[in-house]
Amino acid sequence: MRFSYFPGCTDHSTSYEYGRSTEAVLEKLGVELVEIEDWNCCGAAATHSLNHLLSLCLPARNISKAQAAQAGPLVVPCAGCFNMLKRTEFAMKHDEVKRQEIEEIVQFTYDPSLEILALIDVVLNRVGLDQIRQKVTKPLKGLKTACYYGCALVRHPKITGLDDPENPQYIDQIMRAIGAEPVKWSYKVDCCGADLALTYGNIVQKMVGKIVSMAKEAGADCMVTSCGLCQANLEMRQDMALPIFYFTELMGVAFDVENRERWWRKHVINPKGLLETLGLG
Amino acid sequence: MLPHRDPIGQSPHSFLREVEKRSGENLNLCYQCLKCTVGCPTAPYMDIRPNSLIRMIQMGRKKEVLESSAIWLCVSCETCGTRCPNQIDIGVLMDALREMAVDEGIHAKEKNIHLLHEAFIQSIRRGGRVHEATMLIDYKLRSKDFFTDLLPGIKLFMKGKIPLLPSLVKGRGEMKRIFERCTKAK
Repeated sequence: MRFSYFPGCTDHSTSYEYGRSTEAVLEKLGVELVEIEDWNCCGAAATHSLNHLLSLCLPARNISKAQAAQAGPLVVPCAGCFNMLKRTEFAMKHDEVKRQEIEEIVQFTYDPSLEILALIDVVLNRVGLDQIRQKVTKPLKGLKTACYYGCALVRHPKITGLDDPENPQYIDQIMRAIGAEPVKWSYKVDCCGADLALTYGNIVQKMVGKIVSMAKEAGADCMVTSCGLCQANLEMRQDMALPIFYFTELMGVAFDVENRERWWRKHVINPKGLLETLGLG
Repeated sequence: MLPHRDPIGQSPHSFLREVEKRSGENLNLCYQCLKCTVGCPTAPYMDIRPNSLIRMIQMGRKKEVLESSAIWLCVSCETCGTRCPNQIDIGVLMDALREMAVDEGIHAKEKNIHLLHEAFIQSIRRGGRVHEATMLIDYKLRSKDFFTDLLPGIKLFMKGKIPLLPSLVKGRGEMKRIFERCTKAK
């Protein structure tokens, strides 16, 4: 299986361990990721807050690069980048005037057949649970996970077109397939407030505090996410020392891929102790 | 209270029309069920709650809406738009209101949120990709808020998660054109 790949700006900074675990796990699953050439920032919340046209044109340039690569559907690991690319795709498909304007600015012709997919969607629905189960050598027995989806992956559903926006199951299904035990809880789609992390730390602390304490109350040993902003924000704004994993990291543990130590070193809350107590170190 | 008149002298309806045109959303569909406000994670901190904001736009209260903190405290989580029974995408509406406030030169009530967005966009403009270290320094200089959140920043730096060297896009000309065209079109 071959896909074109948009790593995003945080791939070598705040989401370093997401990037490296993604590469390791997809290699195990026999998926080839072709990084699109000379990609640029998706624009994030800053552009859609201040300059709508720019927020459509920056992702459009990446779409043009993915079309040129001809390496299959475009896969995006970061939920935030995924959302921005999907917003542009939505505008291109539903607004003829906008599409022409964007095409003229970015200088390309949009090909609506290019699929834009979230990494979690690819792992679950293109690779599939059977393939995943076959690769498990170290089932995560006894690990209770609170699967956390946040906002950008599932909302707005007309944009993302993915999973159930109120009670999503994608991460839960993958966790079950690798032997972990997802807990039932009510905060899986509540926003962690990452957009305000640098300007209103006090508000964000309350938002994160509620989410993390509810995960604990539900009996979780850790939280699992597929969003770089959520992961960093949840780790840094809590005082309960609950480890926050990327779903690819836990897949990496279950597949027993090497060099996992270099992922754990990047965590503000080191999850090594938790894994060792379950014999998964 | 006397009926609100916009100081610029426009009729109240022109504001509603302008917001609808910018956002593409039909605000007359709102029947004040309050689902948006109930689900909003930052509504408790807003000066005007999302449902009231829509009502005030219908009433043409432009100045109060564009000068509110609410439009900046929205985190674009889209819970409101997802749950609205009348399919009003309130997240998109908030984007349109922020953009209108900036275009009208209205001083953002939440100055630092606005400045952070600007520093972020400038970072993309410089290198094509965001470089956290220079972006944060730029934001600190703009906001003159040097001490807030120093500790989390240092933590990330110590973990090697804030690289010193930026990763740059080669297609500088393409990026320049996109930025120029998108700022000119406004």
